[in-house]
Formats: sequence, C-alpha cells, structure tokens
Amino acid sequence: MSTVLERTKAPARERARTVGRRRRKGLVGALYAAPTAVMVGLFFVVPLLLVVWMSLHRWPLLAPPTLNVPDNYTKIGDNQLVGSAVWFTVKYTVLLTVLLFGLALGLALLVQRRRRGVGFFRTAFFLPMAVGFASASLLFLGLLSDEIGPINGFLRWLGVVDGYISWTSGSGTSALSSAMLLVLWRFAGFNMLILLTGLQAIPLEIYEAARIDGAGRWQIFRRVTLPLLRPTIALVLTMMTTGSLLAFDQFWILTRGGPDNTTTSLVMVIYREAFIKLDLGSAAAISVALLVALVVVNVVQLGVLRRRSS
Amino acid sequence: MQRTSRANRFAFSATGGALAILFLFPLLWSGYASLRTSSGFGLENYDRLFTSDNGIRPHNVVNSLTVSALTVGGTLLVATLGGYAFGRFKFWGKEALFLVTLAILMVPYATILIALYVLLGWLGLQDSLIGLSLVLIMFQLPFSLFMMRNSFEAVPAELDESAQVDGCNSFSTLTRILLPAVRPGLITVGLFAFLTSWNEFFAPLILLNSTDKFTTTLAVVNMRTASHGSIDYAALEAGVVVMAVPCLILFAFMQRSYVRGFTSGALKG
Repeated sequence: MSTVLERTKAPARERARTVGRRRRKGLVGALYAAPTAVMVGLFFVVPLLLVVWMSLHRWPLLAPPTLNVPDNYTKIGDNQLVGSAVWFTVKYTVLLTVLLFGLALGLALLVQRRRRGVGFFRTAFFLPMAVGFASASLLFLGLLSDEIGPINGFLRWLGVVDGYISWTSGSGTSALSSAMLLVLWRFAGFNMLILLTGLQAIPLEIYEAARIDGAGRWQIFRRVTLPLLRPTIALVLTMMTTGSLLAFDQFWILTRGGPDNTTTSLVMVIYREAFIKLDLGSAAAISVALLVALVVVNVVQLGVLRRRSS
Repeated sequence: MQRTSRANRFAFSATGGALAILFLFPLLWSGYASLRTSSGFGLENYDRLFTSDNGIRPHNVVNSLTVSALTVGGTLLVATLGGYAFGRFKFWGKEALFLVTLAILMVPYATILIALYVLLGWLGLQDSLIGLSLVLIMFQLPFSLFMMRNSFEAVPAELDESAQVDGCNSFSTLTRILLPAVRPGLITVGLFAFLTSWNEFFAPLILLNSTDKFTTTLAVVNMRTASHGSIDYAALEAGVVVMAVPCLILFAFMQRSYVRGFTSGALKG
C-alpha cells in the first residue's frame, strides 16, 4: 500500500516541482519585461486612449475640459485648412512615395553586388541619414536660398534662368519640389539599405537557374527579383506612406507651409489647432481621424501586396 | 566579352560616381558655406552662431547632451532587460506585449503627442527634460526591443546553462555572460538612440516651452522660424555643421557594426 502511494506520489511531487520552477521562471521573465510594459503602457497605450477621450471634449489648453460630443468631429468638415491640407498631404504622399521608391530601388540594384567602389557608393548614399532631419531641412533652406545658395547662380550660368527664383517660397509647386528634393536626399540611402537586405536574401542559384533557362535581364528582374523582394517592398512602402502622411519638419522649417498655406500638411494643422488656437480637443479629433486613415491605408496596402504575392 | 564587361564597369563607376557626388554635395557645401565670410574664410559665422541674440547658448548644448544621455541610457536599460525577457523566458502576456510594442511603429507619434503633452502635465513632467527623454525612450523601444531580442536569441542557450551550473542566477548570467555576447546589438541600439534624441525636433517643440529648456535643435531651428525679417543663412549653416559633426563622427566609428546589426535584425523575422 505504502509503496503504491509513494510510487504515485513521487512523480506528482516531481511534476509540482517543475510546474513551480516554470512558474517561478515565468515570474522572473515577467519581472525583466516589466520596465518595457510600464513604458509602453504609460507612454503609448494611455496617450492612445487619452487622445480619443480628448477628442470627445472641449479641451482648451488652459481651462478644465467639458464634454461636447461630437462637435470636434463635425467641426473638421467646416475647417477649410483641413480640406486643403488633406488634399496637399495626399498629393505629397503619392508623389514622394513613387519617386523615393524608384530612387531607392535603383540605388539598391546599383550597389547590390560586391565590386570595386561599392562600399564608397553605399556610404555616400547613406551618409545624409547621419544628419538630423531638422538640420537637413535647414541645410536645404540655405542651399536653395537666393542669399548664399549656389543653385540660382549655377542655373544662370547655364542660361536656364535669368534673375533669381525663390525655390522654397516662390510658388506652391517649387516649394513642394524643394521639400521633395530634401526628403529624397535624406531618405533614399536608408530605404536603399533595407531593400539591399531583401535583395541579398535572394539565393544566387535562383538567378543562375533563370539565366540557364534563357531569361533576359528585364525578365529576371520582373519574374524573379520583384516577386521575391515583395515582403521588403511592402515594408518600405508602408514606412514611406506613413512617414509622408505625417510630414511636418520639412514643411514647418523649409516652406513654413507657404506660400498661402499651399504646403501646409495635416500634422501642421494639428499643431496649429493645439498650440496656436489652443484647442486641444479639435487637434485630438483630427489626430484620431488621421490615425484611423493611417491604419486603413496600411491594412489595404499590406493586403494588396500580400494578395499579389500569393 | 572582355569589352562588354569593361564597358559595364565604366557605366557602373560613372553612374555611381555621379550619384555619389550629388549625395555628398549638400554636406560639403554646408561646411563650405559655414566657413565662407565676406572677406574670404574664417570662423565669423560660428562666432555669430554662439554670440548673437538668436543662436546656440551653452545651456542648449547641455540640455541636448542631458536628453541624449538619458535617452541612450534608458533605452539600453529597458531594451536589454526586455530583450532578455523576450529572448530567454516564457511569461504571461509575452506575445501581447511584443505586438503592442511593435504597434508603436504603426501609430507614429505626431498623432499622440498632443495627449502626451497633457499626460506629462498630469505627471508633473511638463516642460521637463526627463519627460521628453521618457517619451523618446518609448519611441525607441520597438526597434530596440526587436534588436535586443534577436541578439539574445542568437546567443546559444548552452552558455546560460553552463553559467547556471556554475551558480549564476538569472541576473548574474545576464551581466557576466550574456552582455558581452550581445555587444554589437547594444552598440546599434545605443547609436540609434543617440542619433534620434540628439536630432529630434518635433517632440521637444511640443513638450518643451521655456527657452532655458530648449535643446540645440530647437535653438537652431528658432534662428529660422523666430526670425522676423532676414535670416542669417551663413550662421544657420554653421548651426547645421555643429549639429551634424557629432553624428558624422559617431557614424564613421560605428558604421560597420551599425549596418551589420541593422541587416541581421532586418533579416530575422
């Protein structure tokens, strides 16, 4: 009797001990993860909920908030600046994503194989990333200026223009082009690097097999490189569209949103509502709308790219 | 065959070279413009940058260094402990926490910065360098946690086991055995945290109000945005150089480990 008991007890005790050890190990793991959980909870999850809560209130910068559902949202429709900013931000996002993606992919293809000079080229393309975006915006402000910039002098020397052109504030088109030039310069190398990691993950044997089958260069690019690169392309495009829809620094610093608000982005409108009009509720409502739009764009974009890959 | 490959090599060098010049030109030009004066070359523009009413004050540099040090230190601490937890332990809520942390990338901060402004006010951290640093640490976490988890996972588990046989507990295993093994990841995370916090503009613009709290970036941008009338472009380019030089130096030292850490992190899913 006692032997039977002991025989059944022993594994149970053993199991209890391993369960206990596992539970303790789980507790230790949770302890190491606690700082992450606190940081993410307090400074990400709480503000995310708070911005929704704020959007339901009249929330002046310096007075207590009062509930006013859904005024902040209905007001968005009446705000003319929001309308023009939405249109401008979408236009900028589409134009920039196309150009930046083309340039980054071109650079990545150019430097994908190891040969002489590749290291130098990669560094040269990536180096602008070491300059902060705000600093880069100021750099281009001087570079494109009439006062000390070399561009106008060079173009006059070429005979393309006579007199001075005010690139960053002369017209809506030239202001937009200035900002896009800055963003292309600053971010092409970064996106090149990500695309490069994707390109280098494609096994060389696949290229060889395609070549043996008689595929030309363009065919290999279309039928082999592009499909296998699709996950990386999805990542890069998502980052580009998200970044562009949230554009701020380049327009705040380089064009000041002008001329006549033609280059005022949505995030600039949010800033203006909050800290110039001192209406945090309205700023929060536009933020929530932008947030929803971003999630929708990302989901649709990833869905389309994934479906086309399968 | 020989001829086409030589033509090919020439086309490669010519295209790459022309593009490299285009990419390097703005950087070289800003250095040139910052040194150029009415009478030739000199440091007059830097003199105006540091002494005129509008420009960089010593306290701006101190503020920037404080924010950078707090952000780099805090990011390394949180991401190392978190990466260790995610790379080595199973615990309740692990997957959920990882997903929520990565979601920070999907919800970029311009949209929640207004709420952070209010929240930091409630916590008594409005207009404070510590509050700004906490926000910057949070925004570094998705990338940093991902990097550190991958770094810890790349270290063989036998290393921990033998350390534990030798009597190490989980914390001394981390500090004595694992930290040296994940050094490349730590360097990448630290470098990225420094570059972001040193250069960040939007978060300090919203979270800092008083000029004695302003970082160098805010001070330099103010030379443009707060100038009524004409902008001192040459001093502005000097400011760009002052901001960029620490980053370029760090970048030159750490480029190899940075790019390696980046690619290994990007390749692992």
